[in-house]
Amino acid sequence: MPEARPARQFVDLRQQHDVARLGMWVFIATEVLFFGGLILAYCVYRSGYPAEFAEAARHTKIVIGTANTAILLTSSFLVAWAVEAARLRESRFAALLLWTAALLGVVFLSLKGAEYAMEYHERLLPGLDFSFASPQAHAVHLFFSFYIVATGLHAVHVAVGIAVLVAVGIRAHQRAYLEAYHSPITVAGLYWHFVDLVWIFLFALIYLPGRSG
Amino acid sequence: MSEARNYLTEDNSIRSWLLTTDHKRVAILYFIAITVFFFIGGAAAALIRLELLTPQGDLVTSDTYNRLFSMHGIIMVWFFLIPSIPSTLGNFIVPLMIGARDLAFPRLNLTSWYLFIAGGLTTLYAIFVGGVDTGWTFYTPFSTIYSNSHVVLAVTGVFIAGFSSILTGLNFIVTIHRLRAPGLTWYRLPLFLWSLYATSVILVLATPVLAITLLLVALDRAFGIGIFDPSRGGDPLLFQHLFWFYSHPAVYIMILPGMGVVSELIACYSRKAIFGYKFVAWSAIAIAGVGFFVWGHHMFVSGQSAFAGLVFSFMSFIVAVPSAIKVFNWTATMHKGWISYDAPMLYALGFIGLFTVGGLSGLFLACLAYDVYVTDTYFVVAHFHYIMVGGMVTAYFGGLHYWWPKITGRLYPEYWARAAAILIFFGFNMTFFPQFILGVLGMPRRYHTYPPEFQIWHVMSSTGASILAVAYALPLFYLGWSLFFGQRASANPWQTTGLEWQTPSPPPTHNFETPPEVKRKPYDFTTKGKARAQNA
Repeated sequence: MPEARPARQFVDLRQQHDVARLGMWVFIATEVLFFGGLILAYCVYRSGYPAEFAEAARHTKIVIGTANTAILLTSSFLVAWAVEAARLRESRFAALLLWTAALLGVVFLSLKGAEYAMEYHERLLPGLDFSFASPQAHAVHLFFSFYIVATGLHAVHVAVGIAVLVAVGIRAHQRAYLEAYHSPITVAGLYWHFVDLVWIFLFALIYLPGRSG
Repeated sequence: MSEARNYLTEDNSIRSWLLTTDHKRVAILYFIAITVFFFIGGAAAALIRLELLTPQGDLVTSDTYNRLFSMHGIIMVWFFLIPSIPSTLGNFIVPLMIGARDLAFPRLNLTSWYLFIAGGLTTLYAIFVGGVDTGWTFYTPFSTIYSNSHVVLAVTGVFIAGFSSILTGLNFIVTIHRLRAPGLTWYRLPLFLWSLYATSVILVLATPVLAITLLLVALDRAFGIGIFDPSRGGDPLLFQHLFWFYSHPAVYIMILPGMGVVSELIACYSRKAIFGYKFVAWSAIAIAGVGFFVWGHHMFVSGQSAFAGLVFSFMSFIVAVPSAIKVFNWTATMHKGWISYDAPMLYALGFIGLFTVGGLSGLFLACLAYDVYVTDTYFVVAHFHYIMVGGMVTAYFGGLHYWWPKITGRLYPEYWARAAAILIFFGFNMTFFPQFILGVLGMPRRYHTYPPEFQIWHVMSSTGASILAVAYALPLFYLGWSLFFGQRASANPWQTTGLEWQTPSPPPTHNFETPPEVKRKPYDFTTKGKARAQNA
């Protein structure tokens, strides 16, 4: 097995690992503010049009949304498991877990696509084809604008995550990671958990209003 | 003088430059790019000042004028000021200053340059096909609905360049946290690094909010999603809140690095440690932190609640405190110092004067009642130019001269450098001081015609601008000249402290022959002696 060497700017592998993890955390901080700005804007309008947003939210596909939440949570679990597996030198198994997680990501995107298609047919997608027979149509329009922007940006993040998981999985399969050095899996995992977490917020904000009582 | 291999001579093919991951070369790439943008933005400013020589709109149409000041603002803010010190001097100096081999993420560093270029080219293309007339602030609903110009393209350019800022900030944060040389504790860091650290925090936390905001503007304009469109229930004021949540902290992105440079210069040319080091260090962090909670002072007349106005006014006064601490501490550092008036010091002194005027006029604007009177007048224009141009650009030139021998291995001609520094100071004041008066007299910003009684001040301002133009072009010539004919620089021509001066000028690709170890506080001039051999 080849000995892992640190990249030229590092003293040792431990430093390289610390740097990789801190880098991803800082990146996640950026992402939090990116989605945070959007979610803030959403909350402003939701407090401005509470009844209309509740009405609009009832037109989202709660079954698909819930299924997708479960799928992403499961994939996150698999990724966390893969990190542990890599730490225990079970590289092949780690690769399998990562690829399964990526596959779940693909399932998530497919369901999301099906959901968009249904909404398109119901003329709920602003910018493409929107029509809503109600005096509150403008606020419903706003809701679905946020819906498509937020879930669309999230889907882009999922797509990037899938590519990362597949790539890291391939490296793991080639046994490129060692006990001493497996930061790519840790870092990819951090990113994937973040994408998962964003979805949990979006699920609660987009699908759940107006469903109770 | 040894002809040892250094980062400049290592491999000089175009390919090796364009694929380099050496922080020093990436810094040079940035330097070339922002210099081009500086002169493009400057050309727009020149046309604006030419137009304003006469009360009538005789040089360009109103529409062209709108596009000129928009282009000037967009280019100067996002393609010169924001990357200026961090991406050029910072990129070059940070790893050297902390005794590291490179930044934490060298490939990411190169990526950020390519993103910057992609964003810049997109914006230039937007200008080339007709420009944008919204001002650099892209206020809605004008930008999303009414403007007949290339808003989407311009916004896309800024959006892309934003990611370059974020990646640079991320790289600096991680580098300063994790790659410091043995013994280099936080309180031994030169203040330049504290400043860049604070800047990076803003870059990482504020820029994404601009990104999402501009994305919404582009989608609103292209697809009519209506988020900022009042006719669809959207709120244009929400845009202003989100925009200024980035753009006010962005002012600190544009000034904190300058403050960092000035701390280095004042210490070096006063031969003294910075007075109240910890206060100056933490004041940078305080500015970054408090700076996130003052954005509403851009919106005093927007119709936000009186309570919001009150809070933002109060916070804006508070944020001036750490800036004042810096100014007082620099002055106290010079007290009983062994001051020499080399060109970088002249720039630093110019910075202190101009920044103080800019900062104090900022207090006028933080004052609710007075702000109502001067909102959107030339008073505001003068104020932020004193900070951003008088402050940041002056500091940038100071830093550029100071580290020029390190970067190029050549000394700049001292006489010309001093002349340029003095000329910039006078040209700047002549350009922008009359604009304070214009503002108080009631001249609104962004107009290309004006009543004849304002002409005297505009003529004065334009005259100053022509002096300033010459002064800014001068370094291009003498620094260019020094590249070929300048005296070779020793490793430490200023006899100053700091790890970056312990390696040859220019440094070898791997920065240090032996990894340095730090045992002393920064700015310890006791071993360097008071008197500095001239260009030793």
